[in-house]
Amino acid sequence: MLCATSRLLAARAASALPAHPRGRGPAPRSRRRELHFPGHPELPPGDLLAGRFAGPSVSTGRRAILRRGRMPPAAGGGLAGSELRPRRGRCGSQAARAAGRDVATETATARSPKRPAPLSSRRFEAAGRWALLALVTLTSFATRFHRLDQPPHICWDETHFGKMGSYYINRTFFFDVHPPLGKFCAFLGSMLIPLAYLTVLELSRSLPAALLTAALLTFDTGCLTLSQYILLDPILMFFIMAAMLSMVKYNSCANRPFSAPWWFWLSLTGVNLAGALGVKFVGLFIILQVGWNTLSDLWHLFGDLSLSMVTLGKHLTARILCLIVLPLALYIATYAVHFMVLNKSGPGDGFFSSAFQARLSGNNLHNASIPEHLAYGSMITVKNLRMAIGYLHSHRHFYPEGVGARQQQVTTYLHKDYNNLWIIKKHNSNSADPLDPSHPVEFVRHGDIIRLEHKETSRNLHSHYHEAPLTRKHYQVTGYGINGSGDSNDFWRIEVINRKFGNRIKVLRSRIRLIHLVTGCVLGSSGKVLPKWGWEQLEVTCTPYLKETLSSIWNVEDHINPKLPNISLEVLQPSFPEIMLESHLVMIRSSVWTSFFLTTFLQGNNGLKPKDNEFTSKPWHWPINFQGLRFSGVNDTDFRVYLLGNPVIWWLNLLSIALYILSASIFAVAVQRGAHLPVKVEGLSQVLLRGGGQLLFGWMMHYFPFFLMGRVLYFHHYFPAMLFSSMLTGLLWDTLLRLCAWSLASYPLARCVHVLGILTLLLGTAYSFYLFHPLAYGMVGPLAQDPQSPMAGLRWLESWDF
Amino acid sequence: MLGFLQHPVMVTAEVNLNMVALTAMGLLSRLWQLAYPRAVVFDEVYYGQYISFYMKRIFFLDGSGPPFGHMLLALGGYLGGFDGNFLWNRIGAEYSSNVPVWSLRLLPALSGALSVPMAYEIVRELGFSHCAATGAALLVLIENALITQSRLMLLESVLIFFNLLAVLSYLKFSNSQKHRPFSPRWWFWLVLTGVACSCAVGIKYVGVFTYLLVLGVAAVHAWHVIGDQTLSNVRVLCHLLARAAALVVLPILVYLLFFYIHLLLLYRSGPHDQIMSSAFQASLEGGLARVTQGQPLEVAFGSQVTLKNVFGQPVPCWLHSHQSTYPMIYENGRGSSHQQQVTCYPFKDVNNWWIVKDPGRHQLVVNNPPRPVRHGDVVQLVHGMTTRLLNTHDVAAPLSPHAQEVSCYVDYNISMPPQNLWRLDIVNRESDTDVWKTILSEVRFVHVNTSAILKLSGVPLPDWGFRQLEVVGEKLFRGYHESTVWNVEEHRYGRSQEQKERELELHSPTQVDISRNLSFMARFSELQWRMLTVRSDDSEHKYSSTPLDWVMLDTNIAYWLHPRTSAQIHLLGNVVIWASASLATLAYALLFVWYLLRRRRRVCDLPEDRWLRWVLAGALCAGGWAVNYLPFFLMEKTLFLYHYLPALTFQILLLPVVLEHVSDHLCRSQLQRSLFTALVVAWFTSACHVSNMLRPLTYGDRPLSPSELKALRWKDSWDILIRRY
Repeated sequence: MLCATSRLLAARAASALPAHPRGRGPAPRSRRRELHFPGHPELPPGDLLAGRFAGPSVSTGRRAILRRGRMPPAAGGGLAGSELRPRRGRCGSQAARAAGRDVATETATARSPKRPAPLSSRRFEAAGRWALLALVTLTSFATRFHRLDQPPHICWDETHFGKMGSYYINRTFFFDVHPPLGKFCAFLGSMLIPLAYLTVLELSRSLPAALLTAALLTFDTGCLTLSQYILLDPILMFFIMAAMLSMVKYNSCANRPFSAPWWFWLSLTGVNLAGALGVKFVGLFIILQVGWNTLSDLWHLFGDLSLSMVTLGKHLTARILCLIVLPLALYIATYAVHFMVLNKSGPGDGFFSSAFQARLSGNNLHNASIPEHLAYGSMITVKNLRMAIGYLHSHRHFYPEGVGARQQQVTTYLHKDYNNLWIIKKHNSNSADPLDPSHPVEFVRHGDIIRLEHKETSRNLHSHYHEAPLTRKHYQVTGYGINGSGDSNDFWRIEVINRKFGNRIKVLRSRIRLIHLVTGCVLGSSGKVLPKWGWEQLEVTCTPYLKETLSSIWNVEDHINPKLPNISLEVLQPSFPEIMLESHLVMIRSSVWTSFFLTTFLQGNNGLKPKDNEFTSKPWHWPINFQGLRFSGVNDTDFRVYLLGNPVIWWLNLLSIALYILSASIFAVAVQRGAHLPVKVEGLSQVLLRGGGQLLFGWMMHYFPFFLMGRVLYFHHYFPAMLFSSMLTGLLWDTLLRLCAWSLASYPLARCVHVLGILTLLLGTAYSFYLFHPLAYGMVGPLAQDPQSPMAGLRWLESWDF
Repeated sequence: MLGFLQHPVMVTAEVNLNMVALTAMGLLSRLWQLAYPRAVVFDEVYYGQYISFYMKRIFFLDGSGPPFGHMLLALGGYLGGFDGNFLWNRIGAEYSSNVPVWSLRLLPALSGALSVPMAYEIVRELGFSHCAATGAALLVLIENALITQSRLMLLESVLIFFNLLAVLSYLKFSNSQKHRPFSPRWWFWLVLTGVACSCAVGIKYVGVFTYLLVLGVAAVHAWHVIGDQTLSNVRVLCHLLARAAALVVLPILVYLLFFYIHLLLLYRSGPHDQIMSSAFQASLEGGLARVTQGQPLEVAFGSQVTLKNVFGQPVPCWLHSHQSTYPMIYENGRGSSHQQQVTCYPFKDVNNWWIVKDPGRHQLVVNNPPRPVRHGDVVQLVHGMTTRLLNTHDVAAPLSPHAQEVSCYVDYNISMPPQNLWRLDIVNRESDTDVWKTILSEVRFVHVNTSAILKLSGVPLPDWGFRQLEVVGEKLFRGYHESTVWNVEEHRYGRSQEQKERELELHSPTQVDISRNLSFMARFSELQWRMLTVRSDDSEHKYSSTPLDWVMLDTNIAYWLHPRTSAQIHLLGNVVIWASASLATLAYALLFVWYLLRRRRRVCDLPEDRWLRWVLAGALCAGGWAVNYLPFFLMEKTLFLYHYLPALTFQILLLPVVLEHVSDHLCRSQLQRSLFTALVVAWFTSACHVSNMLRPLTYGDRPLSPSELKALRWKDSWDILIRRY
C-alpha cells in the first residue's frame, strides 16, 4: 500500500518539471511567488518559469470546476513551499490549478520574480517532502514498536482475538500470544499515521496541516496502546484509513477519468472497503461514507451536460464494478477461506443450526447418516431454531411447590445429553410397539396429532392452563403421565412451516411447530434462565400468541429408527450461500459481535470477566475522554496499561469540532449572503468546507450510529471516529492560522503567526505525550492519587483510573 | 372623535361552506353514540388508571410518554366531574355510573373530528385545488381506523391533531412570509407552529419526528431567507431570531410547562414512589415525606441512618445486615470468611439502621453540639442491632468473585484483623469541605486499607442469604457508577448509651420537622430521566405486530367484544385507502426521482412554481409519512397497528395531491383526463363502500352473525372474533 503510494508520488514528482499541458494556465506557480515566505531560500523554479511566461491567460473553467467539487488549494500566507505544487500530467487537484489562475494574472503583472532560484532546489524540495513523509513514518513506527513485548502476558480483549488468531493457525484451542501477530498489528497501527498524513495532504494541499495531523495521531496514547495489542481495531482502522485515502485520491483524479491512476485508486477503494467490512461490521460506516461520496460525485457528473449518456453509463459501470462487485467478491472469498479453514467442531457449535453443525468435523452430526423422514416410534432430539436456546429437555425433577402444577420439569438445554431424547408416538395408540418389526413403517406427516414421550422417564410432553414459571402470560409445559399413558393434554399437532398437509417431515431441514391441541398454544422457549431448581436451564412455555417467531420453531436433529434406512447427511448439507446467510444472521442476531465471542470464550474465569457497567461505557463518554479502559494490571503493584486518549489531544479535537462548525457556518452564511471573499480567503474557505466537510462527515458516520446501538459498547469503538477528528483538527488549525496570517498581512511579522502557531501545537502535543506516555508503555507503582506515583498530578478527571 | 359613526359598521364574512360541511360531518362521525360501549375498551384500561391518579392527585410515573396527553384526558374527566373511583383492571369491564364516559372520550373525538377540516386546509395551503382538498378531507373522514381510534379514550387522535396543526400553521406562516412578514397574522401562525409541535411531543415522544420535520423544512426556508440579498442583514437576523424563538425556545418552555402543571397537580405520594430518589419522594405529600419530615439535615458522628443505594437496580434497597453469617463453604467449594452477612434489602426493616462512628472514639451518641461528618472523613459504620462494624477484606465475594466480600466483623480470634475504616466520598459535593447531608448527599464509601468501594452488585443471594441482594467491595472498577453511590434516607441523632435502649430507639419511628423542597428543574430532570429509562417488563401481546404488517394492513386489533352478543370493535382500516395511499407514496417517489434526474439534465417537465409546490407537498406529506413510520423499524418496544396512524394520515394527504398531479400533468388529452376522473370517482365510491361495510366493526353498534363476520375476514391474518356457541 505504502510502496504503491510512494512510487506513484515519485513518478509525479519526476514528471512535474516538463512543460505545461496546453490550455492549462501556468498560474499557480506565479501565485506561489506571492505567497512565499521572505527569506525562505527555496523558491521553486517552476514559479520562476511561470512568473516569466505568465501571460494574461485567464481561465475559463474556474467556476465550473469549483462547482464540481474538486479540492481547491490552501491559499493564503504561510510557510513557503509548504503547499504542494499541483501536478501536471497527473491527477493533481484540479481546482488547485483553477483557483490560482485568477491570482496568476493579478500577481504576474503586479510583481516580478524576486530572484531566480537554482533548478536543483526543485528536486531538493521534492526530496524534502519525501524526507518529511519518511520522518513521520519512522516516528510512528518507533513509537509503536517501542516496548512492544511488554507486558508479556495476555491483555483484555487479546484473550479472544488472540484465541481467534491461534484458531486460524493451529485449528486448536491451544493458546499463546504469537509474536508475529503482535508485530503485524503494530505494523498496521503505525501505517495509520502516514495514511492520515497523506489524506490530509491531499485534502488541504498543505504540509503543515498534514504534519500536525500526523503529530496528533503519533502522540496519542490511545492509538498507541491500541496498536500495541493483538486486537482487531488496528486492522479495522488501517482499512478505514486506506479506504479514505484512496477515495480522496480518486476524487483528485476526477479530471482524468478512466486513466490508469483513476482506475487504480477506484479499485483500491473497493479493496479496502472489503477489508474494512471483513474485519468488523463497524466497517459498514466507511462504506456508507464512500457510497455517499460516490453518489454526490455521480450527481455532479450527471449535471454536466457536456457528458453524453454513454459516458455517464461508463462512469456508473466503473463505480459499480469497483465499489460493489469487487468488494463483494473479495468479501465472499474471505468467507470461503474462513469456512474452509475452520472446519472443526468447537465451543461455538451450539449457536449454529443443526444443518450448519453437520459440516464441522468432530461434531456428532459430521459425516453421520440418519433416516431422512420422521416415522412413529422414532427417537429424536428437538432443537430450537433460535440461537443459543438448545434442545428440548426433561429430567426427573418436579417444578417446585407454588410454580404451576407439581409435575416434571421440561426445559431446553444447550448441551447434548440423554435427557434430550424423545419418542414420537401416535396420540391414541400406546399398546402396539411401533418398533415391532411386523408393523409397517408409518411416517409422521404435517398436521398429524402426536404425543412426545420422554425416553428416560417415559412421561409425555404436556401443557395445561397454568401459568409458566417465568413468563406469566404463557402456559406451563410439563412431563406428565406414567409409562406413556397420560391425558388429552398430551396431544400436540405437528406442523411444518410453509408446507402442505400430508407431507412427510424431514430431519434437520423441516422447520416444525408443535401446537397444543386443547389450549391451541404453541410450544416455545422464552430464553429465560430458570432459577436453581431448574438447574439454570432455559424455560419452556406454551405460548398462546400464534405469531411465528423463531423461538417457537424447532427442528429435529438426531433421529434413530432402526426400521428406516440411513442416508448420509451430505445431501442435507447447506450450500455456500446458505452458510453465508446463516452465519451472518447468527452474528446479527447475537447483536453483539464482540460479546458473542466474549461469552463463548471467556467462560473460564480469568478474573477479567466483563460484567455490565464495568468495562462498558456510553458513547457520550468517548469524545471527552471520560473514562479509560484498563488493559492489564489490577493491583497497585502490577505493571499497568490503561487505554486512555492523550487528554490534551482529545480535548483539542473536541474544541476543534466546535470551532470547525462555527467557522464553516460563518463561511457558508457569508457565501449564501453573497459576500465577495478575497480570492485567498475563498480558497481557504473551500478547503474548510469541502475537505473539512468530508472529515467531519467521516467523524459523524463513525460516531453517531453508536448512540442507536443497544449492544455492549467499549471505549475502543470510538477510535475510528477519533482518526477523523484528528485529521479535522490538523486541517482546521492550519487553515485558521493561515487566515490569521492573511488578515494580519499588513504587519511585518504577520506570517510568523502561522509558523509559530503550528510549532506551538506540534510541541504542545509532543510535550503532552511526554507526560502521558506511561499510560501506553506501562506504569508501575502506586495509583495516581498517591503523590508518590509516577502519574501523580495527571489524574485530571476523577473517572480516570490509573 | 366620533368619526367612526360617519360610516356604517360593516361585517363582511366569508364562509367556506365546504369547511363547514366537512366539520359537521367530522363531528357527526366521531361523536355519534360516543358513550357507547359503556365498558372499558382496549387501552382505555391503561390510560384510565392515570386519569384516576390525576383525579386523586396521586403521583405516578409512566414511561410511555410525557404527561400532556394524560392531562388532556384527565381534563375531560375533570369537566365531567369524575372522582377517580374506578378500578381499571380489565378490558370489557362495565363502567360504573360515576364515570363520565362521554366527557372522557370527548377530547379525542373532537381532535379526530377537527382533523377532517384541517386536512382540507393543509392541501389548500399546499397550493392544490379545492377538489383535491375536499378529497383529502373526505378520505380522512371515512378512514375507519381513524374513526375507531378517535372515539375512545386514546391519545393517537390527539397526536394526529397536533401533528396536522403544526404542519398547517407552518404552511400558513410560510405563505404569509411572502406578503407580510412580521404582521400579527405571521406571528400568530409562527407561534402556533411552535406550540403545536410542543403539544405533539408532549403527548407522545414520537411527536418529536414531526417536530423535526417541521424544523427541517423551516431550516431550508430560513436558508433561502439568508440567501435573499434584497433583505438587509438586520432584517435577516430578525427573521432568524424570530424563528429560533418560536420554533426552538418556545416549544422547550411549553414542554417544561406541561411538567410544571403535572407536578403541581400530583402532589400526593403513590404506588410509583419507590422508583424515584429519596429527595423526590420527600417532596411528595405523605409517604416518605411523612417519615423524613424534620430529620436533622447534617449527618453527625453518632447519627443513626439508613443507607439507600442510588442505582436501585434490580430493586430499590437499603444496606442491611443480620445475625446470620456467610456459610463456611459455598456450593462451588470456595470458602468464605464466615463472618456476618451484609446485604441490600428491598424492604424497610430495623436491621437497616447503621450508626456513623468516629474511629477515634468509643461513643455511639451524638455530641452536643453535633460534630458533622464531612467529605474525606474516615468513619466506621456500626450495625445498629448487632453493633458489629462494616468490614471488607481480601476474600472473594460470594457471587461476584472478582470483588471483595463485605461483612460485619466477627472476631474469631484468628489471623484476620478487622479492616473497618471507610473514607467518605461525597459525590455531588460543591466543595471539599462539604457536610454529609440527609437525602441530598450522594456518597461513596472507599475502604481505607484496600481502596475498594462499597457497591451493590444486584445479584440475589441463594437461600442462605434469604435471597437478599449481594453487596461487595469493588476493586477493579473505581470509576463513577450509581451502584456504588448511597444516600441517607432516614436519619436521627442517637441518644442512647446502652444497647438495650438503643434497640428501642431504633424501633421507634423518626420524627421532628423541617421540610425540604426540590426545585422544579431538579424534579423535572429526575422525572424525565426516570420516564425515559424506566423499563416495562414482558411486553408480549397477542395483537402486537411489526412495521411491515402495517403498510398493507396485514393485521388488526380487536378492541372490544360485547359481553353477550357478537358486536365488536376493531382497529381495522379501510383497505382501499391504505393500499392506494401506499401506492400513491410509491408513485410520488418514482415521479419525484424521474423529474429530479430530468431537471438535472436541464429538461423541465414542470414549471418552476409547480415544481416547488410538488416538492413541498412531498417534503411534508411523504416526509411526514417517512418520519412517522421508518423509525419504528429501529424501536425495540412492542408495536401495534395504531402506531402507524400518524404516518397513515400524512400518507392520505398525499393521495389527492398525486391524483391531481397525474390528472393535470400526465393526462395529455381531454379524453384521458375524463377517463381518469371517472376512474377516481369509481375508486372513491369503492372506498366509501368498504368503509360502510366495515362500519359495524368500527362502531361496534350492531351484532353480526358468524357468517357475516366470516365474510368480513378479507385477510387470513385478520383476527375477527367469532363466538362459538
